[in-house]
Amino acid sequence: MASDPQCRLASPNHTTSEGWKRVTAGTGVRPAPASVPPDGEPDQKPASRAARRWTGLAVGIALLAGAVALSIAVGSRTIGLSTVWHVLWHNDGTPEAVIVHQLRLPRTVLGIGVGAALGLAGTLMQALTRNPLAEPGLLGVNLGASTAVVLAIAFLGVASPAGYIWFAFIGAGLTSVTVFALGGSGRAPTPERQVLAGVAFTSVLGAIVWAILVSKREVFDRYRHWDVGSLADRETSTIVQLAPFIVAGVVLALALGRQLNALALGDESATSMGAKPGRIRALGMIAITLLCGAATAASGPIWFLGLAVPYAARMFVGSDHRWILAYALVLGPTLLLVSDVIGRVLVAPAELPVGVVTAFLGAPLFIALCRRRRLSVL
Amino acid sequence: MTAPGLHLTRVGGARRIVIGSRSGRLSLRMPFRSALAGTGLLLVSLGVSLVSLTSGDFPVPVADVLKSLIGQGDAGTDFIVQELRLPRVLITLLVGAAFGASGTIFQGLTRNPLGSPDFVGLTVGAATGALVVILLLGGGGFGVAIGAIAGCLATAVAIYLLAFRRGVQPFRLVLMGIGVSALLEAANSYLIYRAQLDEAVAAQVWLIGSTNGRGWTEVTLVGVAVVVLLPIVLYHGRHLDMLALGDETATLHGVPVERSRAVLALSGVGLAAAATAAAGPIAFVALAAGPLAGRLTRSPHAGILPGALMGAALLSVSDWLAQHAWPGGDIPVGNVTAALGGIYLTWLLVHERRRVA
Repeated sequence: MASDPQCRLASPNHTTSEGWKRVTAGTGVRPAPASVPPDGEPDQKPASRAARRWTGLAVGIALLAGAVALSIAVGSRTIGLSTVWHVLWHNDGTPEAVIVHQLRLPRTVLGIGVGAALGLAGTLMQALTRNPLAEPGLLGVNLGASTAVVLAIAFLGVASPAGYIWFAFIGAGLTSVTVFALGGSGRAPTPERQVLAGVAFTSVLGAIVWAILVSKREVFDRYRHWDVGSLADRETSTIVQLAPFIVAGVVLALALGRQLNALALGDESATSMGAKPGRIRALGMIAITLLCGAATAASGPIWFLGLAVPYAARMFVGSDHRWILAYALVLGPTLLLVSDVIGRVLVAPAELPVGVVTAFLGAPLFIALCRRRRLSVL
Repeated sequence: MTAPGLHLTRVGGARRIVIGSRSGRLSLRMPFRSALAGTGLLLVSLGVSLVSLTSGDFPVPVADVLKSLIGQGDAGTDFIVQELRLPRVLITLLVGAAFGASGTIFQGLTRNPLGSPDFVGLTVGAATGALVVILLLGGGGFGVAIGAIAGCLATAVAIYLLAFRRGVQPFRLVLMGIGVSALLEAANSYLIYRAQLDEAVAAQVWLIGSTNGRGWTEVTLVGVAVVVLLPIVLYHGRHLDMLALGDETATLHGVPVERSRAVLALSGVGLAAAATAAAGPIAFVALAAGPLAGRLTRSPHAGILPGALMGAALLSVSDWLAQHAWPGGDIPVGNVTAALGGIYLTWLLVHERRRVA
């Protein structure tokens, strides 16, 4: 990447350099000894740092609870919180109870699952590729899943989400392997190269998808409602079928935290510490495939959540992946549910699909990240 | 150099063709190989176009086509050739040339083989503009073209402003393009999501890009853009190689850096906008034309003219395939270019990988 020297020398304004310091510090470029915490606040004792992280996590969980409450209460027919609480436990057949149990509750549960899956998948991708721009949407993994699903619908006659899921896994898995291989090779595997490889691959897949769809009207009709990325009108059975995959992916992802910390030091250091980089990557890919495949099969491709969540998590907890993953698990659903509520409120009584909302919230973040002086390799 | 006309000369070991005016004030220098490749591509484009004019539901012999083109055919042949087939053939040639030139310009300016208008979001922006016209305003034909041009220009300005921070760093431009196009893609899929099925299908066909059913309005639109802008970019395009060496070096060699860049970028946007307005955002022609032409001319950076000719050749071949290679009949040309583009991209990435290993 040829960078303009003037651009690098010129000192940017104070706030930017502050923010920048925080991000580089949180990236795990160098191992931070215990005496210099990665937060860049050297006077802080490890004990108080842990306390702060626990407090942060508790606040995050409280926010998630708030988001869940909003997601159940707010909509084209807003229901008071006390009523929500009542009908939640007493399904008494009133219109409110029907709305809560038939519509809002499944939607909220789905939002929690998809949000957690995409948040964790983004975190894993960023850790494995050391790329702060890695994200299931940008690297084409979501579209890989979509492509496989479309091929299945169009040529194999698969009709139910239970059938989609296997094709979504195949598509997500193949795409993540391909894009990692393509973008990670080369003289200098920079974050940007990887994003470009993903975008290039995505556009090929997109072209294939649309070429198939235009000749098949009814498949096109189904696809366009799914492609926009939405949590609305998903059947409870779908959620039940997808849940095991998401849970498995979440458990695998959380279990990888320690090993990702080792991997962040570079392959050689990791090996000398007894970690097996190849195995960590393979397990990480399996987790990414499970999470992205299930999330995409359920809600359609949702962009930028996987970019924003790890970024926010690193801002709070620094470079320890065990904590980043825990925060991502809480922040992902919170962000997705809040976006979904925004989509319901903004153009009421109609709805903006949540995929549109996350794109409009996430793209500015991506742009802001790219406007920084340079992007560090994680 | 006082000798008029065309002559072959040797500069630094490479054979070059120089076409000069009598006074020597104006001259066009071109490596011999580029001239050869350019001529070859021109012949391919024209040859395929001629084949396209002869073939179809009513085959017309080549001799009759040529007669009709010079105005001596009979009424029936004139109708088939001039009204039905000629607009499509011309659109294909002009749109291909416009995409090829525009792609070569942006790849040169961003110094990145993936920096073509389809990737930096220009054609996505044009698509958003067109979709707004088709789906929200209920317009068609000329309105769609205007919408596409407006969308393309607005996106270009937005990306430029976002990437501007003490000057525009090429790579940041590409990344901003990716960010903005992700945003616009979401908007596009939402527009399609909330439309009626019939309108959505029509919009999607437009999004794939097709030269079918276009008339003389579209020919005029893209023709004017090519005739006006191509000479301008060819004139300023001679600085493109120097700009690739970096701003300081280019300035030291007397290149008016900012002006050349601004003129080239604006003209590139104009060409992409006109081409998209006429035929839809046909994928991969802009991406592949420049590098393929470079490979053919064995130079690291293809000139804009070979790029444009390569674009025209690629699109005419694809359009012929779209009309005749599929048993079911006419498919949108964008499908064919996407398939070819997929093959090209895979090859490019594998090739790049092998070169590294």
